Amino acid sequence: MTVLAAEGLRRSFAGVAAVRGVSFAVAAGEMLALIGPNGAGKSTCFNMLSGQLRPDGGRVRLDGRDITGLAPRRIWRLGVGRTFQITATFASMTVRENVQMALLSHRHDIWRMWCAARTRHVAAAMALLDPLGLAAQADVAAGVLAYGDLKRLELAMALANEPRLLLMDEPTAGMAPAERSALMRLVRAHAAVRGIAVLFTEHDMDIVFGTADRILVLHQGSVIATGDGAAIRADARVREVYLGSGETSGGH
Amino acid sequence: MTVLVVQLLTGIAGASALFLVAAGLTVIFGVTRVVNFSHGSLTMLGAYVAWSVVTRLPHTPAGFALGVILAALALAVLGAGLEVVLLRRLYRAPELLQLLATFGVVLIVQDTTQAIWGAEDLPLARPHWMRSFVAIGTERFPFYDLVLIAAGPLVLGALWLLLHRTRFGTLVRAATQDRDMVAALGVDQRVLFTAVFALGAGLAGLGGALALPDGSANLQIDLSVITDAFVVVVVGGLGSLPGAYLASLLIGVLQALGILLIPKLTLVIAFAVMAAVLVLRPQGLLGGTASTPRESAAPPLVRPAAPVLRAAGLALLAALIAAPLVVGPFALTVLGEALTALLFAASLHFMMGPGGMPSFGHAAWFGLGAYGAALAVHALAWPLPAALVAAPLVAGAAALAFGGFVVRLSGVYLAMLTLAFAQIVWAVALQWSDLTGGDDGILGLWPRGILARPHAFYWLTLGVAVAATLLLRRALYAPFGYALRGARDSTLRAEAIGLPTARLRLVAFAIAGAAAGLSGGLSAFAKGSVFPTYVAIGRSVDALLMVLLGGVQTMTGPIVGALAYTGLYDTLLLVTSAWRLVLGLAVVALVLAFPQGIAGAAQRLWRGRMA
Repeated sequence: MTVLAAEGLRRSFAGVAAVRGVSFAVAAGEMLALIGPNGAGKSTCFNMLSGQLRPDGGRVRLDGRDITGLAPRRIWRLGVGRTFQITATFASMTVRENVQMALLSHRHDIWRMWCAARTRHVAAAMALLDPLGLAAQADVAAGVLAYGDLKRLELAMALANEPRLLLMDEPTAGMAPAERSALMRLVRAHAAVRGIAVLFTEHDMDIVFGTADRILVLHQGSVIATGDGAAIRADARVREVYLGSGETSGGH
Repeated sequence: MTVLVVQLLTGIAGASALFLVAAGLTVIFGVTRVVNFSHGSLTMLGAYVAWSVVTRLPHTPAGFALGVILAALALAVLGAGLEVVLLRRLYRAPELLQLLATFGVVLIVQDTTQAIWGAEDLPLARPHWMRSFVAIGTERFPFYDLVLIAAGPLVLGALWLLLHRTRFGTLVRAATQDRDMVAALGVDQRVLFTAVFALGAGLAGLGGALALPDGSANLQIDLSVITDAFVVVVVGGLGSLPGAYLASLLIGVLQALGILLIPKLTLVIAFAVMAAVLVLRPQGLLGGTASTPRESAAPPLVRPAAPVLRAAGLALLAALIAAPLVVGPFALTVLGEALTALLFAASLHFMMGPGGMPSFGHAAWFGLGAYGAALAVHALAWPLPAALVAAPLVAGAAALAFGGFVVRLSGVYLAMLTLAFAQIVWAVALQWSDLTGGDDGILGLWPRGILARPHAFYWLTLGVAVAATLLLRRALYAPFGYALRGARDSTLRAEAIGLPTARLRLVAFAIAGAAAGLSGGLSAFAKGSVFPTYVAIGRSVDALLMVLLGGVQTMTGPIVGALAYTGLYDTLLLVTSAWRLVLGLAVVALVLAFPQGIAGAAQRLWRGRMA
């Protein structure tokens, strides 16, 4: 079942085309990796899917519903969680309060002015933090967290609204190699059990080939290849882009 | 027609003087990112120094020019000194704290100037050449105004050459764009900043000196100039010199023509222009996209009050309840004032701390509440309790209506838009005399019946102020307060988890306005009268001082700040006539000693001991 469908997405910045007609689909429970050299248009794609950027052309559908150009917070309400390439969390709150905040929003509690926020949804917040190994740091200020832990915290917040779709922009950046595969295994298990569609970008190719069901290669704003790990490895154009002439290299 | 031309030229002459001051402010802000509230004080000193020098020199054009240049140089030296002694220590401190420190400087300069030159206005005896006129058609135009008209473009040109043709200028422009990159390239920032401050202060002094012949050296220059200069800088675009000149012209000319057309509107024109520009083009006429704000330390966690603090609060409350049994009526009045100040400070803290929306015009809501309550009693003959309910409703409704424009902005721009609105309310209070009584205010608002007894009214004040302050506090610990703080910490993340950040800010803005209005209503009945000063900029500054002194990032900050400030103020007023000087020195000392405010420092000390 298709959860997310991108149809002919286009976007330019000051006349320079960053994304030129990208189409793909992600099914429930599937993990799709979006890869490509720096400047290929990965982050632009991500930002158009989650509402931070409005596409110049093309459509984004979630469960068949057109969500093109909706504000990020509306897209979130429809069941899309996301993490950012440069983490964004609430620095003046503890790790648990960050997750509680996402839960408060999900459960439409934010206009309450009387009850104490920190006593609400504590158990649910811990249930999200525990599998990510953040339970011990629940009372630490998010502002002083190590980068890898911030990435994990973002994931916990993204999962708080029981999303249908998870968008992760470089989810393992700043983590040790062992931590990386552990985290992605966790995401995989989560996605399989709950039928979440996962779209992620990643520079670590071991992670990409180890966890993705399918891989989509972007180059200069266009899709140049799509398929499973073996197909991508065998693809001549992908090899050229990643390994080939000096002109086009720049990836990892 | 010639009347119009002459009026236009008068406007351009006024614009020149304004531009000189604003140019200094915008250069300083562009490079150091310091919002220098003491810039008006430097202008005032420029006028005084020029007066002292020019009156001692020959009364010739050359003598006058020499005096003006000497005054500008003197101020440049003083500005460099100010930077080295005070501001240099604060570049890493939060922006608002630098603002607080420069407020302190304003107070110090006020009293020092008065001590040196006396309280009387010092007009410059204009020599013959200065009083001559030029004929324009059938009208006569003052020769000196022509000098002023020339001064603006001349200084603009000189600054352009300085900034585009010298190494110093290149550094200044580079630092305006990206300060950290300039530092990374090995430029000594300290020297650069001192020089920029000297340049800015020199321009302020030049502006003050050149404006001297058309007015006088007086103690009101500082605050009147600083608001006008801020308006010009914001309208032109922070950091943009041509923008500042364009904005000066726009405002100067509109003001000069406004006097002809609708005299009553003159007080509002500048602020109406600023409000319009900020709403339509938030970065100002020629401002580029603002450079990213510099990294500052992560805001501290917000924890519930420690048991000790809670006990201290309860003990204080008990003492306040019992106060009428112990102290006399005068002390009760002072305590009542402190309590209204407490609510006023708490309301500003609500939007400024957790809400992340600093305001330079919080007096607007205080004044609207006070006038709302006064008019409810005066014009509608409502009883006091009903009028006290009307006060927050009037202020809150106005804040809600106006807030839609405010919450889209941030930082200094947001603060300036609130100032614009406050100045407009102030002008209306002053000039719509049929309704507000104008300068004479609305009198005879004393509480009647049982509330006429000082005890009873004190307890009412205590109950209302404490209850409202605690409600604000409660909301900040509730999901609403957390969501608001989330929107401040990271708008990107807040929107990405479904928080409607603009609506959260708007509601917080309206709540803060309503609470300030309630405080204004209480104040109206405590004083028995309402005057335009309730909306004046000094009142807004009071609120800022209280919140910043207490510590904007702590929940107890506004309470500590309000009590410390009113306590300090009342004590000083009793013991010394130079209270501004002492208060200013205290503010500067506190800023240097406790960059997180008093409550913030106490919290840190406390946590340090626990650890």
